[in-house]
Amino acid sequence: MATQHSRAAARLMISPAVILLLCWMLVPLGMTLYFSFLRYNLLMPGTESWNGWTNYYYFLTDPSFTDAIINTLLLVGGVLAITVVGGVLFALLLDQPMWGQGLIRVLVIAPFFVMPTVSALVWKNMFMNPVNGIFAHLANALGVAPLDFFARIPLASIIWIVSWQWLPFATLILLTSLQSLDQEQLEAAEMDGANWLRRFRFVMIPHLARPVTVVILIQTIFLLSIFAEILVTTNGGPGTATTNLTYLIYVQSLLQFDVGAGSAGGVIAIILANIVAIFLMRMIGKNLDA
Amino acid sequence: MGRITLSQVKKDFGEVSVIQKLSLTIEDGEFIVFVGPSGCGKSTLLRLIAGLEDITEGQIEIDGRNATELPPAKRGLAMVFQSYALYPHMSVRKNIAFPLRMAGVEKSQQDRLVEEAARMLNLTDYLDRRPRQLSGGQRQRVAIGRAIVRKPAAFLFDEPLSNLDAALRVGMRLEISELHKRLETTMIYVTHDQVEAMTMADRIVVLNDGRIEQVGTPLELYRKPGNLFVAGFVGSPKINLLSGAESRKHGAATIGIRSEHISISTEGGDWPGSIGVSEHLGSDTFFHVACEGGDAPITVRADGEVDLKYGDKVFLTPDTAQIHKFDSRGLRID
Repeated sequence: MATQHSRAAARLMISPAVILLLCWMLVPLGMTLYFSFLRYNLLMPGTESWNGWTNYYYFLTDPSFTDAIINTLLLVGGVLAITVVGGVLFALLLDQPMWGQGLIRVLVIAPFFVMPTVSALVWKNMFMNPVNGIFAHLANALGVAPLDFFARIPLASIIWIVSWQWLPFATLILLTSLQSLDQEQLEAAEMDGANWLRRFRFVMIPHLARPVTVVILIQTIFLLSIFAEILVTTNGGPGTATTNLTYLIYVQSLLQFDVGAGSAGGVIAIILANIVAIFLMRMIGKNLDA
Repeated sequence: MGRITLSQVKKDFGEVSVIQKLSLTIEDGEFIVFVGPSGCGKSTLLRLIAGLEDITEGQIEIDGRNATELPPAKRGLAMVFQSYALYPHMSVRKNIAFPLRMAGVEKSQQDRLVEEAARMLNLTDYLDRRPRQLSGGQRQRVAIGRAIVRKPAAFLFDEPLSNLDAALRVGMRLEISELHKRLETTMIYVTHDQVEAMTMADRIVVLNDGRIEQVGTPLELYRKPGNLFVAGFVGSPKINLLSGAESRKHGAATIGIRSEHISISTEGGDWPGSIGVSEHLGSDTFFHVACEGGDAPITVRADGEVDLKYGDKVFLTPDTAQIHKFDSRGLRID
């Protein structure tokens, strides 16, 4: 009896939090779903009417939708590749005993604390600006024509900026994992005749497999919704060269005032994100089992 | 095959000297045990021989070849670690095959050698399991298997049994001794447990504070401890050490007498006292006797049938021929 009572009490106690969280999620989700089936234009308030699947049809057949999907995948994939490879290298470097280790570690982690808009603006105006940027000065000093990053290689520039922000996260997680590696295993491999490269390949990489999947999962969730960096640098352009799904939804609903189509895009984005999440969870599940 | 000579080997960690100028020759096929209290440098000495630490001064020779500067893999030694250090993501088969794979041995040859080692260690049924699916004793055997397949000049064991429970430890002790008899390869074994040292070793090296206190067969150390430290460290229960009036009677600063060389009687003897705690092992009983005028209780071994109770008045008589005498520096007087 006592346990049944306490169980009921426990449910009652946690219900405010659960209800709040549910409302927090369900109300916006429900409204988005509802809007996505409406003909809802901000320029014509009060004329909302039922629209069926038309919003979905127009969003999916919009040529910029394909571009946005490709850009989203390139952005996520590019940043993941750079941060995972770079993170492993940085972690190996920081794991070495050296002078000023504590300070260097803090410095390496610092980019993670810079707001996305700020870091994007710093990169845009102080580094990549074709006239005043450091890269332009370097190019001039070398006698090369400076590169206009956001005009010539816009997506690569944004991938680079986002990677710079996320590299510390990957480094930190991989570093703690490297430090938890049993030193005796490395020594055993050394006795067994494995040189450094082989110790890295056969002992360290398998040990890092699990933290790498964690890094991929967490980063993917955040990278699918990159927005600020695009807004303050390229505004999705030139053309649709840097428009990802998030930015396309913003364009639809707030620049073209078509809330209905924007909501339809939002629902599609939710579905796509869930597909990615299912794949990732299965991958991680496998890795955590092993 | 596996003769290892250390000459004037010294190891410093910064300011701290861990091994102080030490020379030792380990004969081929010998089972030698480094024993000492924790922090005496026995593990460091083993790691110096393995090449996992660089020596500060001196020279190491393996098989008559100067190995001082050789990297660990080139020394032809195999090591079994305290934590077993198995590769968790590899099956038992791959773990055992790893050194062969690193040496570039052909695949069919690898399989044959792994099967052979597995048979020798009763691991055949577990070859496809991962290390975490094995018990402590099985993991230990896999670690030994990984060492065996390389056919090393010598095996190095770094406290290999300290993570096992007591019953398993006795079993593994026998298995390792058995293995040594079969392979006839040099084995260097580090432990802090003097029972392991006594039961397994051909020769024991007693280390203290980075110095060798004494080298000898187990019975030599037991019967003729060279100094107070060895006398106190080797043997269980601990030797009884007496100083003061009693030792002056024998012309020594300290005398030591083992529990089995004292007889106990209720009628009369040299040292009157009363029974304190008694430990009944069945075959033997150890009495801790508080003697008049003595500060520490004296441990006496008696037959398991002797029936004495707490507080009983008794008399102890030492066998004077078995008394070990030590001078004021702690060295043995013969």
